[in-house]
Amino acid sequence: MQLSRGARIALRLAAAVGFAVIYVPLLLVLVNSLNPDRSASWPPPGLTGHWWAVAWHNSGARGALWTSVRAGLGATAIALVLGTLIAFAVARHRFFGRGTVSFVVVLPIALPGIVTGIALNSAFSTVLEPLGVGLGLFTVVVGHATFCIVVVFNNVVARLRRTSGSYEEAAMDLGAHTFRAFADVTFPLVRSALFAGGLLAFALSFDEIVVTTFTAGPGVETLPIWIFDNMTRPQQAPVVNVVAAVLVLLSVVPIYLAQRLSADTASGSRV
Amino acid sequence: MTATAPAPQADPAAGPRPPGAVRRLAGALHRRPRLRLSLLLAAPLLWLAVLYLGSLAVLFVSAFWTTNSFTSQVVKVWSTDNVRALFTTPVYREVIVRSVAVALAVTVLCAVIAFPLAFFTARVARPRWRPLLVVAILTPLWASYLVKVYAWRLILSEGGLADWMLRPFGLSGPGFGLPAAVLTLTYLWLPYMILPVHTALEQLPAGLLDASADLGARPGRTFRSVVLPLVLPSVAAGSVFTFSLSLGDYITVQIVGGKTQLIGNLVYSNIELNLPMAAALGLVPVVVIVLYLLAMRRTGALSSL
Repeated sequence: MQLSRGARIALRLAAAVGFAVIYVPLLLVLVNSLNPDRSASWPPPGLTGHWWAVAWHNSGARGALWTSVRAGLGATAIALVLGTLIAFAVARHRFFGRGTVSFVVVLPIALPGIVTGIALNSAFSTVLEPLGVGLGLFTVVVGHATFCIVVVFNNVVARLRRTSGSYEEAAMDLGAHTFRAFADVTFPLVRSALFAGGLLAFALSFDEIVVTTFTAGPGVETLPIWIFDNMTRPQQAPVVNVVAAVLVLLSVVPIYLAQRLSADTASGSRV
Repeated sequence: MTATAPAPQADPAAGPRPPGAVRRLAGALHRRPRLRLSLLLAAPLLWLAVLYLGSLAVLFVSAFWTTNSFTSQVVKVWSTDNVRALFTTPVYREVIVRSVAVALAVTVLCAVIAFPLAFFTARVARPRWRPLLVVAILTPLWASYLVKVYAWRLILSEGGLADWMLRPFGLSGPGFGLPAAVLTLTYLWLPYMILPVHTALEQLPAGLLDASADLGARPGRTFRSVVLPLVLPSVAAGSVFTFSLSLGDYITVQIVGGKTQLIGNLVYSNIELNLPMAAALGLVPVVVIVLYLLAMRRTGALSSL
């Protein structure tokens, strides 16, 4: 389509405005972490690194970060195992209800978090509490793993569909048994898909707030919960600003890692 | 039975040595694909079907229970009062309609903003820059949800960036309320719309556009008759995300929505005192999302997800 000069300029302008709207809020968070003032009024009266030092020593934020990392690692580990198992079943076998399985995997992320949250919450309190197990970090990990399975599944199943089973068959013809063929042939083929899926699962868990609200026991505070609880307290505003800025800066890490992966996994379907 | 069972086949790979335990297990699994399949599916299905679907089922059954109005304890007596209340209580009706309207508004806004942006990244920008632009669209997806909402809280707060930018025109920012919630939700889910539209526009064959021009269509006509119909399924695919993510949200509304209530907030406020009512309210977004998915499936959007 031959666009007129005017149309091209208009599109360029629209795109420039669009990207500005996408990035200005993120830049604002970065600048605001240097704001000496407790209020968010613009422009800031000056710049200071003081609150970064304060935030570094804030035990609440540190503890919450550590809780988030542990929850993320636990949920990612479970999601990697379960997601991979389903991916192999769906990609390498034909069975009744195969379509339903792929649908059920997507459900936890397709339904609103609050529905998943209260469903798990009432299940935990009716099943676990009589056993003497209360809500805690463990229940957060279970809740997060439930909706993280889908991203591992999606990545691994896409890889398995593109690599035919004949590699494994060749390995078996050459005398490798099932486990040997998996370790030497299949696993290296799906390794980068597992890495991409694990990265997405961790990011999803690290960012999650709604399901966490309903599955965390008293005293279990992940970083999003900490930010949410402290967001409206003027006294804590400067520390929240710094934590938010750190999270914006950290979001470059998965982008960098995803780009390092081969092109087909880098497109990283988040869902 | 006179027919003899077929002799178990010797494992050709076993060799002359007696096979080890691992090898015997591997052989047994190899010969029984059904067993292999059940072992693969046992753990994940136990997790998803029993733990997750089980909890969901119990929750939605409890929508038909009642509570003791003194103790707030759930009473397991079958009643359709809660579900009926969704349609008859004016507050619930109003909030449900408002939530669906917000989700639709966010979807339309996302589509309108995404289109020129994706058109630029997919067809106007130099090919050398395109992968970088896609990364630029993807990056905000990795930034924390809560931090992005917080950023808009900063922008829209009194004396914030929005007020500062609008002051020269004698205006002030929208403050916290329904428009702020729609704006923030649009910002949050915009990348989910840009990406599929970008992909569709990028894959549009240039020959079709040339043919349309050769046949005498002006760019506007080509856009309406060629580009739009081919890109619409991708808009529908993106709208699945923008619509369902907006409909279930309650955190954004709590942070920037002022006193605005959406369906998620109603669910949240009922959990402590009336869990069956919360469950009934929770049914609404689930049913609406399923209906939306079914409608979108007719456009062929879901196969391009």
